[in-house]
Amino acid sequence: MAQSAGLHEPEDRLSPATIDRHRAFVSIQEEFEAADWYDQRVDATTNPELAAILAHNRDEEKEHAAMVLEWLRRQDPVLDGHLRTYLFSSEPVTEIETEAESGNATGAGGDFSGALGIGSLKAVAP
Amino acid sequence: MNHLLRSHAPITDDAWAELDREVQQRIVPPLAARKLVDFAGPKGWEHSATNLGRVSPVDAPGDGLFAHQRRVLPLAELRADFTVSRSELLDFSRGAADLDLGALDAAARRIAEAENVAVFHGWAAAGIVGITEAATSEPIELGADVAKYPRHVAKAVETLLSAGISGPYGLALGPEGYTEVVETTEHGGLIVFDHLREILGGPIVWAPGVVGAVVVSLRGDDFVLESGQDLSLGYDHHDASTVSLYLEESFSFRVVSPDAAVALTP
Repeated sequence: MAQSAGLHEPEDRLSPATIDRHRAFVSIQEEFEAADWYDQRVDATTNPELAAILAHNRDEEKEHAAMVLEWLRRQDPVLDGHLRTYLFSSEPVTEIETEAESGNATGAGGDFSGALGIGSLKAVAP
Repeated sequence: MNHLLRSHAPITDDAWAELDREVQQRIVPPLAARKLVDFAGPKGWEHSATNLGRVSPVDAPGDGLFAHQRRVLPLAELRADFTVSRSELLDFSRGAADLDLGALDAAARRIAEAENVAVFHGWAAAGIVGITEAATSEPIELGADVAKYPRHVAKAVETLLSAGISGPYGLALGPEGYTEVVETTEHGGLIVFDHLREILGGPIVWAPGVVGAVVVSLRGDDFVLESGQDLSLGYDHHDASTVSLYLEESFSFRVVSPDAAVALTP
């Protein structure tokens, strides 16, 4: 059994960096799924004390997801560029996409088109 | 479009993708520093300086006032120019798979080697202090006998352990030394390369630009390469026969723990 059952290609053909990113993608998926479950339980319970605890736990899952997302951003210049374009903006999201594709993006960060996506190689070294 | 001006080049999207792919393949092997030190970023072309968290006193503008100025490490820009034949690009559009990209290869090697030198030996003009310049421990002489390298590397590891620096450890080795290490066996037939890896617990990295060798801790947070714009491929100009392109990056480097590395001199 692989460490993560979600690999879609033979593990020996994947780089350590790709496998680490896979771990992060799966972790984010699990954290948001947990937040969704808590959301529903908060709605469903009639006990206010339990609802408060579940809401607290739900919000911790969001924190976990944000931490992993930040790690992914640091590994992936393309994701970094998209997050800088879309996050912490106030315009309608589809308008931001139109501006980004026309080269007039006004998001929070830089334009990374042309970057080779090399980044860290620390985990890749033999 | 950003300052790389790629859309102004007489290069199709497919050819750009091919050039990007070629650079990615050719530049990763010589990028030794990134295999051993932490990489922070990329923070974008607009990112201009690394926060050092320190201040310098400055004259206050009036009585009863105290003033300091923040200290930062400005990012340096590195660029390696090269040209590609327009006829080669046309041949690519016809399906040619064996493009002559020798100049691209040389540029990739130049910029990778410059990054290695800045990280391991410093770049005074850009205010970068390299690992071997900052290291607090005495350098260890490698000597000419490659079979004795394990002894010297073990001494370096022992120096790090004595300073409370945990592993695993990695070794950046200049190209000549690397080749010799791969080829040499010790008494008893053990290959020096394998023996060194056992001592280090981490990788041995082929490091163009490195003079001698450097043992570094890989525990993290000791050496930080901060990237503004990570390695990118841009367009400069073209004429009837060639397209002038360049590889470019902006970065700073700082040694956080000068006792987390040991230099091994030739």
